[in-house]
Amino acid sequence: MSDAAAKPGRDEDAGKAARIGINAPIRAHELNLGFKYEISAMHDGEKLKQCFQCGTCTSDCPIARFSDTYRPRMIIRMAQLGLRDRVLSSDTLWLCAACFTCTDRCPQDVEVASVIRILRNFAVREGFMPLIFRELGSNILRIGVAYEIPELRLKKREIVGLPPLPKSDLNDMLKLANATGFSKTLKETERK
Amino acid sequence: MIKSGQSANKEFLLFLGCAIPYRVSSYEISTRKVLAKLGVKLVEMPDYNCCGLPIDPVNHEMMLSLAARNLCVAEQKKLDIVALCPGCAGTLRKVNKKLKESKELREKVNGYLKEINMEFHGTVEAKHLLQLLVEDVGLEKIRDAVTKPLTKLQVADHAGCHVSRPSKQVSFDNSEDPEVLKNLIEATGAKHVDYKDKLSCCGAPIAGVNDKIPLQLAREKLSSMRNAGAQILVTVCPFCHMMFDTNQLRIERMFTETFKIPVLHYPQLLGLALGFSSSDLALRDLRVDPSGIISPYAMEGS
Ligand code: SF4
Ligand code: SF4
Repeated sequence: MSDAAAKPGRDEDAGKAARIGINAPIRAHELNLGFKYEISAMHDGEKLKQCFQCGTCTSDCPIARFSDTYRPRMIIRMAQLGLRDRVLSSDTLWLCAACFTCTDRCPQDVEVASVIRILRNFAVREGFMPLIFRELGSNILRIGVAYEIPELRLKKREIVGLPPLPKSDLNDMLKLANATGFSKTLKETERK
Repeated sequence: MIKSGQSANKEFLLFLGCAIPYRVSSYEISTRKVLAKLGVKLVEMPDYNCCGLPIDPVNHEMMLSLAARNLCVAEQKKLDIVALCPGCAGTLRKVNKKLKESKELREKVNGYLKEINMEFHGTVEAKHLLQLLVEDVGLEKIRDAVTKPLTKLQVADHAGCHVSRPSKQVSFDNSEDPEVLKNLIEATGAKHVDYKDKLSCCGAPIAGVNDKIPLQLAREKLSSMRNAGAQILVTVCPFCHMMFDTNQLRIERMFTETFKIPVLHYPQLLGLALGFSSSDLALRDLRVDPSGIISPYAMEGS
């Protein structure tokens, strides 16, 4: 991994992605030939190999319209080629809004947004995760939902006559997080 | 295609998620009012957790387990879920469908659920509010219930991505040429306004990693709907609502433009047509003040 690669947990503007060499010439030693199989073994990643680079995903992507660096077609191609480190350490990976326009319109049935989700799951395991996700993740373990409802809001609910919010079973959250490896992920990204 | 109105008086478990109680109570308040009037009974979830969507990028298995746990709670109550947030609804629908269809995935997730003594059986449905309105109440019943038609009011809609995408998994409305929200707006007597790139995302999901692109996206959409003559925008998603309402002033300042387009949750718009007052519908919670535009239609109320 190049030394300019994103630091774990960094929460940076993707405009800086060019710096991490997303467009740099490809070197043979970078290619991880097993990467596409790793992805297509994952749920919803099966069709990665079918992409024929038509560019529909990028041309219809709302984020690509306003970003100089975010190009879903390019991410798919990097995944196919096996540019594992480059794609997983890239900040642009975190710009997808998961609007699923690409998935709906891909003529080759590639689940583009889901492939990006798979890449993100892999990236997290390598220690790359924007800060916001650690916050959301630890909230789920602490309170069962991603955003903590402030006391004031809860009081206001009462005043306007809304029923109290149901509670979450935090024991269950912890057990599920342990079983799925989510707890481990959170701990590891903290350490790195 | 969309079935309508066979089962009035149906009960649903209300799945609130986090964003609505966190910031957008007006959506919940107006929904409860309107559904009660239309004869839909809402039952509170006995206990619930995150739908899973926010951490799908981190760990897909955890997302599946969280969604499945909510579905299991509903199965125990023997009730279908209605979610107001399209992110929650889409996630619950998607996971429900996948777990019903794939034995392999179901066994995997049931393996996780075993840790908490639960098991997914696939006996309930999860719906978004829009789906409940057209399938379980029905356009006809809604039209019949309107007492104060919003004649001449020009209303644009932004349904939000997850209401109908990914289309193969969500299977609701036509994701390329949606008609549900349009029909529901017209049912209030208002005029539906189309605008450029209506289907495009509001940008909210990446607001946590990039603060510029979402505002640019929202600005572009606000400009297009203003140019198309919209007086009001209607949303059915807490995140879209925050992009267009909460952030509108910020966008206006940032791009030195004026929009002044009030953003109503659909049940607020419908509520006006059903004769509810501004305060019943928590219209005062909106950042962009709608009172001028809706004054011909709204009772002030106390
Ligand atoms: S739309 Fe599909 S086939 Fe075309 S470039 Fe994107 S992923 Fe590849
Ligand atoms: S899902 Fe992501 S990549 Fe696909 S169109 Fe939407 S923002 Fe772009």
